Parts: sequence; structure tokens; C-alpha cells
Amino acid sequence: MQISARFSDSTTIFDVTGDIDLANSPEIRKALLREVREKRTPRVVMNLSNVRYIDSSGVASLVEGLKASRDLNLRFILFGLSASAREVLQLSRLLKIFEVYDNEDQALSS
Amino acid sequence: MRERDTTGISLASKDGFLLKLELLSDPKLLFVVRGALERLTEVFGFSPPDRRSVTRAVDEALTNIMRHCYKGRTDQPIELCCSRVPPRSSEQADGLEILLCDQGPAIDPAKLRGRRLDEIKPGGLGLHFIRQSMDTVEYRRVGTINQFRLVKYLQPSTQLHTP
Repeated sequence: MQISARFSDSTTIFDVTGDIDLANSPEIRKALLREVREKRTPRVVMNLSNVRYIDSSGVASLVEGLKASRDLNLRFILFGLSASAREVLQLSRLLKIFEVYDNEDQALSS
Repeated sequence: MRERDTTGISLASKDGFLLKLELLSDPKLLFVVRGALERLTEVFGFSPPDRRSVTRAVDEALTNIMRHCYKGRTDQPIELCCSRVPPRSSEQADGLEILLCDQGPAIDPAKLRGRRLDEIKPGGLGLHFIRQSMDTVEYRRVGTINQFRLVKYLQPSTQLHTP
């Protein structure tokens, strides 16, 4: 798994590539919480277009990012969900909780 | 006849495995196991959604073993055995049985129920994913070994392959 970030004035986009599982979800969590709690970036966007698989620990990291964002009245956005990623969010009844878009253009124009 | 592997874990009690893996409790190996399960479920004849379901359930079960049974230790033995099992009725198709065995401490079955989903909070989703994904989920303690049994049955119309 690789994670990189693109920054603009009010938005950070995390580009994630590979599977998110127990081996690397702590890295996702750390990056998200730093961006939200320490930097207080108004809009954090997760590009999951190149993520084929997310396990429950990855979902938990996304939930932590969402909760931290809500606590600070910031936005937390996902886009590019694979079939597998969409399934786990549906199974956990979280798909409607997250702000989800199909692609980056939609996510940034929202 | 029981088989014994080099780690001393004695688990297999029958022949006819489609796939048998012995791995250490290192999360970096989850990716490897998922790859094997994706191929096996494809050969077995599962639909793409059911392939993802079986792979997800096994991945989550292994994650639970690594986190809770072995407390994050990465050098402990886990055994995974996959077998074909007969249908539960004449109107159904065969199933894929996955046995996951570890040597961690015994588990309180009450803790295997998973949490409610009406609260938005991180954690506790793995068991829910497993139960949602599989037709049978069982746990039993066999001597000093935890044995998780997962079964997913083919949809009758998708039983195409006979490995």
C-alpha cells in the first residue's frame, strides 16, 4: 500500500494505492488524523480509485477520520470506491454516512 | 490420520484438501492469502461477489486471530485448510469449507457475536463481515487449538468446475 498527498489551500487529497488491511491501516489512520486534528484542513479527500480491497481495520480508520472531521466541523470525502470497498461500507451500514463521489471532479466540485 | 507440521501444530484430520496453507501470524501475509483465496474461489465456480465474500471472511478471520488470539505477535502458527463439502440438501450445490486453526488461548464464544451496527464507531466490524459473508460460521476448541469453520455454498446455477 502506498499513500501520498496533494495539497491546496483548503483541501488535501490522499491518493491511496493497493490494499488496505491490518498490515497498513495504522498508516492510513495516522495520516488522516494528522491532517484533521493537527492541520485542521477544511476538506480532506480520499482517492480510493486504486484501492482494490479494504478490510474492517481500514474501515475503522476511515470512520475515525470521519468522526474527527465532524468533531471539528470539517469535511471528509471519499471517491473512487471499488466494488469490494463499496460492499464493506454497505455491510457495515456506513455507505450513507460517508460523503461519497464517483470521481475526483465530482468530489472537488461538491 | 492426523498430520503434523513443522511448527508442531497438529490440525488436519482428514484428507482431500483443495488447498492447505501454513503461515505465520504476520499481517503482511494477509495479502498473500487473499490472492490464493481469490484464485481458489474462482476455480471453485463462485460468482465474483461470492468470491469477494469468501476472501473477505477468511481475511477478517485471520485478522482476528492475529490481533486477538496472538495479541499482535507475528511469529505464531496458523493453518488454513480448504475442502469441498457436499450440499445441505438435494436442491443445493457443493460448498467450500475453510478451517482456520491457531494455538492461541481459548475464546469466549460470547465474544464472537459482534457488535450492533446502529452506532457509528470504529472497530468490531470483522465478525459482522464474516457472518454476513458466509453460510456457516462455527468455532470450537479442540485440545489446545482454536478451530474456526467457515462454509460458503455455491449457487446451484454457478457450479461449473470440479477441481
